[in-house]
Amino acid sequence: MTCWETVQAYAFRSIGFGENLLPRSDFTLCQQITLIGSGLIWNVYFGVLALGFGFFFAVAVALAKSSPRRLLRKPAEWFVFIFRGSPLFIQFFLAYEALQLLPKTGINLFGITVETAWTTRAWAGALFVLFLNTSAYAAEIFHGALKSIPKGDLEAAEAYGITGWHKFRRIQWPTMLRLGWPAYTNEAIFLFHATTLVFFSGFPAFRQMGDALYYAKYFADKTFNPFVAYPIVAVYFILLTLVLTWLFALVNRRLNRHLPSNIRSSA
Amino acid sequence: MFEACADPKSIEGLTWAMCYLTSGKHIEFYWSFVTVLLLLALTAPAALAMGFAGATAARSRFIPLSLLGKGYAAIVRGVPDIIFFLFFVIALDQGLEYLKSLAVCENHSWPWQGLEFRVCPEAKIPLGRSSAIWHQAYGFGLAVFTFALVFGAFAANVLYGAMNAVPRAQLETAEAYGMSHGQVFRRILVPQMWVYALPGLSNLWMILIKATPLLFLLGVRDIVYWARELGGMKTQAYEYPHPDWRLWYFLALLVFYLVFTKLSEIVLARISARLNHGQATAGGEALRKAAA
Amino acid sequence: MKNLLLATALIAVSGAAQAQDVVRLGTEGAYPPFNFINDAGEVAGFEREFGDELCKRAELTCEWVTNDWDSIIPNLQSGNYDAILAGMSITEEREAVIDFTQNYFPPAASAYAAMSADVDLTGVVSAQVSTIQAAYVAESGATVLEFATPDESVAAVRNGEAVAVFADQDYLAAIVAESNGELMFVGEPVQLGGGIGVGLRESDTELKEKFNAAIQTMKDDGSLNAMIEKHFGAEATKF
Repeated sequence: MTCWETVQAYAFRSIGFGENLLPRSDFTLCQQITLIGSGLIWNVYFGVLALGFGFFFAVAVALAKSSPRRLLRKPAEWFVFIFRGSPLFIQFFLAYEALQLLPKTGINLFGITVETAWTTRAWAGALFVLFLNTSAYAAEIFHGALKSIPKGDLEAAEAYGITGWHKFRRIQWPTMLRLGWPAYTNEAIFLFHATTLVFFSGFPAFRQMGDALYYAKYFADKTFNPFVAYPIVAVYFILLTLVLTWLFALVNRRLNRHLPSNIRSSA
Repeated sequence: MFEACADPKSIEGLTWAMCYLTSGKHIEFYWSFVTVLLLLALTAPAALAMGFAGATAARSRFIPLSLLGKGYAAIVRGVPDIIFFLFFVIALDQGLEYLKSLAVCENHSWPWQGLEFRVCPEAKIPLGRSSAIWHQAYGFGLAVFTFALVFGAFAANVLYGAMNAVPRAQLETAEAYGMSHGQVFRRILVPQMWVYALPGLSNLWMILIKATPLLFLLGVRDIVYWARELGGMKTQAYEYPHPDWRLWYFLALLVFYLVFTKLSEIVLARISARLNHGQATAGGEALRKAAA
Repeated sequence: MKNLLLATALIAVSGAAQAQDVVRLGTEGAYPPFNFINDAGEVAGFEREFGDELCKRAELTCEWVTNDWDSIIPNLQSGNYDAILAGMSITEEREAVIDFTQNYFPPAASAYAAMSADVDLTGVVSAQVSTIQAAYVAESGATVLEFATPDESVAAVRNGEAVAVFADQDYLAAIVAESNGELMFVGEPVQLGGGIGVGLRESDTELKEKFNAAIQTMKDDGSLNAMIEKHFGAEATKF
């Protein structure tokens, strides 16, 4: 197979399109780069969706944590403590075990059977765990950012008569984002890195469809040579991290656009 | 351990539980907690030292050194730690043995032959006939070094930011007083940098704790290794057969990590309070308000 | 860092120019009855007994090391131990990178185990990652579900993730027998691989000769068959 044919056969193998059987002999560099690259689709999928949904949930939890009402604050604090305080590896494992305990034939809710078999699949179960995990870390970052908003800004807003929801939307929310953005960038990078743990801990690979690390492991095991496959994944992730950093830097510049140029924080 | 446990197949109930939880493998499981704590105790200062070196190098005016420092932080941070652990340890092990072979072997042939790595027996670290404890200590040492390297890169990033956050006015005043570059660094920059570094470093400590489950990848028999080993279903071939109990073992690990995190949070809050004392930061302001 | 420096320094000081006379045997420790870690924390099983006997007959001092299944061959290549006794089947693709002695366990069958007798074996079948069984399932057209350890692949059948598990018949025999009728063998057993041999580096011809000679004596005087019968039962295939 030429390299172009290999790319056509395996470029989307990780989501089930292309050649069904993985290469079993005569491994070429092209095969490794293509298949590991196709696995990256899963990492990006997990990262983007977990980060996207997690962002909104994190803001909600951060607000709950700053709320004077105990009924909102305590559950938020416990949620953040549990998901920040335990390793993701263990969270994946426990989630997989817990989701397996759901009845296989579905749950009967008011006469309608809700299917549950899909929850233990990686694309759902692992995504849910990653979503909760990143929300907890991001909630802590946003909560800290909320606390760091300069007192003067809030008092000036009240002096102008801007209160309640308007104060939040026009003063607290933009400032919270701006102050928390560097730490949130770090959290996003960690999240994308953490997506490699999915198929490593608890969640099985279905039909040999896995992420970049899964295919790297496949090649490392088959060629008995870890020094080709793993550096390939490493390079892919360095590139992914650079792209992510660049995107977050764009947002950072927009968030800081109103500040005088000499105190705008660098990305 | 106890006489009642001599014949495990004949006991039941609470005695069985007691004997089971004190079997040889379980004792190793309990000791592995000490291994993890020891690893953390050694890695944290090592990572801090590497981060300090990296940050200082990144701030240097000597371009190659600055590129080295920035490159170290960027590349190691860009790679997920699990991938780093998967190939770096073997590479490090082979690298060290190669260096030793240059020193102690009589004939210096290129050790990398095809997929094999061959050096004369004197160059193996530890030596083939060394007792098991040396092999375990070496594996542990490699793990500490690799962890320190990875987290050192993150620490370098945090310390670089912290060094840049120290108000320029402080440094300029020091220079105005006639302090040399080294004196400014040692007496003004570094002591003041800690208060800015602490939030990032405490976050890093939390992440380091959470990264310890990956120790089993480095060949160290850590708590996750034992939880999986002990929890898996055991047939009658074993002395204490039992069904799949991994869920319970992992819940125990969860509790351990939560307790450890809570303790760390308390200690770090105290350190933060001490460092923020008298500083013109929001944290310092909060302390003053709380005292009033 | 301190440990590493200390250990290296001590070793450098104590290292004399003596030939290595300890042979390190690598095993997985998670595959009864071949090899497992007993409740005292030591390597046990058929291969422990076999390996000890082999070293006695070859007049070598041996030490046992456990290693994860995934990195068992790279670590052999790296010299961390000298032989693999981990229920490793002799296959062409492994022969390409390491050497095997003659087999010390006859080609074993792999079989399907499931919760009921009438399951569709072209559905979801679980297997351990990087095994010949996983490759076989993938080629058979069934949907393969791969797990890191063999007992996770069995657990998958128990909780309904997979309809059947495909693994070494000897490994499954004990599990099926003790499952109180929950699990049963289904379908036909399949012969895979060329039996189990000791894995060695291709450059280690001297060790290979010593082991081969010792294995031959064990086959000739019937002690190997006796060992197989002890660990695998009277109906197990023998030499």
